Amino acid sequence: MLKGKQSWVFQNRPVIAAAGVSGGPFEANGNLSEDFDVLHDDLWMGEDSYEKAHRILLEEAGQTALNKANVQKEDVQFYIAGDLINQITPSSLSARTIQIPYFGVFGACSTSMEGLALASFIVNYRGADHVLTGASSHNAAVEKQFRYPTEYGGQKPPTAQWTVTGAGAALVSANAAGSNLPVTTSATIGKVIDMGLTDPFNMGGAMAPAAADTITAHFKDMQLDPSHYDLIVTGDLGRIGQETAYELLKNNGLNIDREKFKDCGLMIYKDDQPVQSGGSGAGCSAAVLYGHLLNQMKQGTYRRILVVATGALLSPLTFQQSESIPCIAHAVSIEMT
Amino acid sequence: MSKKTKTPEQQQYEKLEQKHELKRPVLKNCIRAFWVGGLICVVGQAITYFYIYFFNFTEQTAGNPTVATMIFISMLLTGFGVYDRLGQFGGAGSAVPVTGFGNAVISAAIEHRTEGFVLGVGGNMFKLAGSVILFGVFSAFVVALIKTLLIIWGVI
Repeated sequence: MLKGKQSWVFQNRPVIAAAGVSGGPFEANGNLSEDFDVLHDDLWMGEDSYEKAHRILLEEAGQTALNKANVQKEDVQFYIAGDLINQITPSSLSARTIQIPYFGVFGACSTSMEGLALASFIVNYRGADHVLTGASSHNAAVEKQFRYPTEYGGQKPPTAQWTVTGAGAALVSANAAGSNLPVTTSATIGKVIDMGLTDPFNMGGAMAPAAADTITAHFKDMQLDPSHYDLIVTGDLGRIGQETAYELLKNNGLNIDREKFKDCGLMIYKDDQPVQSGGSGAGCSAAVLYGHLLNQMKQGTYRRILVVATGALLSPLTFQQSESIPCIAHAVSIEMT
Repeated sequence: MSKKTKTPEQQQYEKLEQKHELKRPVLKNCIRAFWVGGLICVVGQAITYFYIYFFNFTEQTAGNPTVATMIFISMLLTGFGVYDRLGQFGGAGSAVPVTGFGNAVISAAIEHRTEGFVLGVGGNMFKLAGSVILFGVFSAFVVALIKTLLIIWGVI
């Protein structure tokens, strides 16, 4: 049901029946390694290209989610996935493997919440009993496309972020009475915001206004106070973007407890890992939400969270043609019943 | 949108964002670049002396084998994943010497190996270094032209 200008309320409360998370070697050494279902000790993952390894990550996450929910893939009606690679081939090729009718979506690093919002909407209106949704990124494959070769010795500035090698997938199912699982209750779809920043090594700074805009719109549409949530977590703003977004929100009149405003990109790695301003990538918010945060919710640490995944919708081509970086953010609210 | 057409709102945001932006530690980077670059040159100098003392090279002719050796070392360091870490630490210090040029070529060749030898390695090897070669050759041509003209006119 549409509420306000750009938000959906899921009155039938679709459940996140199960989730699967996979990651690479750098994530295995990170802060949240215990929340991953599958961890690889090699970036190649037994494949002969990084792009194929990228696909494997997503396939494993999806399969883990299905296994945990004890649902056969034949019973899942739709599959919604996306990533950062040209023409989202890792997602489409994983759809070739899994053989579930497929929506390919692109929202850069906001794809995880774009997928979850759409999946929840479809399930909420009985468009499906089960929808599988996921997002993924692979450090070497993404860097190859957007930046320099992996082994190139260029110096990254302190504003740069590290692309997460990881995937997260969730099975969104129609709510069965009495289930004690996390449910999605509302979503706010963001609009593209461009504040004229052009530095591709400072994505957080470029994306912060999009995050602030979507969060502000969410509270306005839903007529809620920030204290409604135990945690408001952004996707991959990193250190700079998060500070900036917090100040923008304060200027918009939203007083969020600083302790309750976190960022997936800052949670996934340890402080001593050389990731400059934090993690990023479509797999960042997906892996942290579907792994760590859902586990925390099930353990009772959080009851209500708002996940705001942010994406920078640039390509190497638009950057070289001196376009500024357009950004977007989508928010989904998740509650424990 | 170019810089000239920034709206007041965008300019205001840029100011706000600048406050939170982590600055490049320029002085620290310069000192590191000085030492890393200097150290690479010391190694190069040692190799030059090596060729002069142990082989039949003069100070003029030892340059070529020295460059080849340095690039060979750079190739090994790139392949073993060391040079990119050196680059993050040393910045321009490891990018400016010929080893940095070697790294740019070799890293691109490794990266695109998965697309095959012809379209992958062959087509992408010079995607970073290509412009260095083009503008290097072109500026050498312009300088040589100026020098030739000055000699013809009897200025030098």
